[in-house]
Amino acid sequence: MTQPGIATSDAAVAETPLRRFIAEYAASRLAVVALLVLVGILFVALAAPLISPQNPYDLAQLDIMDSRLEPGQKSGSGMIFLLGSDDQGRDMLSAIFYGLRISLGVGISATVAAVALGLVLGLVAAYAGGRTDAFIMRLVDLQLSFPSILVALILLAVVGQGVDKIVIALIAVQWAYYARTVRSTALVERNKDYVEAARGLRLSPARILFRHILPNCLPPLIVVATVQVAHAISLEATLSFLGLGLPITEPSLGLLIANGFAYLLSGKYWISFYPGLALLITIMSINLVADQLRDVLNPRLAR
Amino acid sequence: MLAYLIRRLGASIALLFVMSLLVFIGVYAIGNPVDLLISPEADQQEVARAVAALGLDKPLWEQYSIFLQQALSGDFGRSFAFNTPAVELILQRLPATLELALAAMVIAILLGIPLGLYAGLKPDSWLAKTIMAGSIVGFSLPTFWVGLMLIMLFSVHLGWFPSSGRGATVEVFGMHWSFLTWDGIQHLLLPAFNLALFKLSLLVRLTRAGTREAVLQDYVKFARAKGLRMRRVVGVHILKNIMIPIVTVIGLEFGSVVAFSIVTETIFAWPGTGKLLIDSINVLDRPVVVAYLMVIVVLFIVINLVVDLLYSALDPRVRLSEATA
Repeated sequence: MTQPGIATSDAAVAETPLRRFIAEYAASRLAVVALLVLVGILFVALAAPLISPQNPYDLAQLDIMDSRLEPGQKSGSGMIFLLGSDDQGRDMLSAIFYGLRISLGVGISATVAAVALGLVLGLVAAYAGGRTDAFIMRLVDLQLSFPSILVALILLAVVGQGVDKIVIALIAVQWAYYARTVRSTALVERNKDYVEAARGLRLSPARILFRHILPNCLPPLIVVATVQVAHAISLEATLSFLGLGLPITEPSLGLLIANGFAYLLSGKYWISFYPGLALLITIMSINLVADQLRDVLNPRLAR
Repeated sequence: MLAYLIRRLGASIALLFVMSLLVFIGVYAIGNPVDLLISPEADQQEVARAVAALGLDKPLWEQYSIFLQQALSGDFGRSFAFNTPAVELILQRLPATLELALAAMVIAILLGIPLGLYAGLKPDSWLAKTIMAGSIVGFSLPTFWVGLMLIMLFSVHLGWFPSSGRGATVEVFGMHWSFLTWDGIQHLLLPAFNLALFKLSLLVRLTRAGTREAVLQDYVKFARAKGLRMRRVVGVHILKNIMIPIVTVIGLEFGSVVAFSIVTETIFAWPGTGKLLIDSINVLDRPVVVAYLMVIVVLFIVINLVVDLLYSALDPRVRLSEATA
């Protein structure tokens, strides 16, 4: 068979699995709603500067007279604070929009980097076997025997604060999950006929690994990565809440919640409550999407 | 069995050594404690005296060798902030943390397993669906935010429970415990529930999945066919067979409960090791941070070992000699 022939038959087949995938995903109404909510959140995060009522970090726009207003109250300048304001007179709704931007940005970029790292290490471990495999897997075991929050705390205590630092910490606590997932799928794929055929064609190991084995390892990886994005966002919020995550200049949702903690006991709930609600909705919609993805992508449940 | 234990112990000691090196280098590389711990008004002589007293003037490797020698005799240096031995400080706080973690585990087990069993036995009832929906929420809720909301609802609005501290304690075997006094229990309940929520959701899901698989097995049908009551079938036949993964997870998650108590302790001002760690990181009190990490590593090694041993005791099919350390 000639090369172009393979390519066209590939394209013709590729369309049906995608349609079937969409149909299977849409079978759960809850999952569809969760996906829509997630898309909405992503939109808000991306468009925060355009849709926020005020820029919460432009001090010229803030008025200390507007501080700690209750949700729905009007300020002196006529602006309505839908979700109230914090101790600096910042509109909580705008602060949440900007906070989502930072929380999602940190969570997603750390996860993408960790997937890349785990993917390479997992593939190498599965393909090389022997000592390399044993060494990488020993590292994975060591990493996974400690809870992620503890590892992240230690790292941050060591390297200090900052966006880059927290991304490094989140990569460090996540890569092992991906490495293990990829390795276990790759070990199964390695012995399949198509890999044998590729070897028979004398393709280079790198080409076999990345063009043949890798695409077949992706479904379980996608599921794990989706769940891990939620974990990463939650972990970042927790660390920022503890004062070890992001600096004050880049307030993620966790920092907003920490900021409101002091006012909680005097009954000013909204400074902590609404950022937390935004965090909860984000994490829940990601978890629900991941749940459905797992069902659809699980070959054991294939219909 | 003995060979396994010895090999396992050797690996643990190697792990401790590696961790001590990593932790030491890492922790001693941040900031300059001279700037933080000595008053800015102190003159040069005073600063020099303080540096010598803290051992900060020696080269790093010498500081480490002193640290290692002292660590072997259980001495991790004195806390810069409290001026008491660091290990003593942590061991004083450890009972509070363990009490909180155990209370959380007990709540998670007492609620999680029955709820999971019910959801597994009657998966189509509305109550089971509510339980499962609740478990997804419990999974998604960040621990620290739940803590804040619990304080807001139960301490600020309803005023049922206090929001911080340990309350009255009773001394037993030289350690202070909260759960023996009514006041202590009131203080314990909110933080323990906060810490339990995530594990509770996990146990519900795990128990449900196990139960749904088990009810389809032949031994359950056979037990029913023998005319045994459903209660006995569930309590003896099903429960016994789903216990293995549950016990493993309980054991493994205990470590994570101890780790997450850092968050809960900070919110509820629970005077345990987690709050001590956060305070110490913030003031760069390095001996305490190092000692905490070493104590936690030891704790984790012990927990992992106990889980492995329990696992083999529960499931004779597991052979310890094949497991890796």
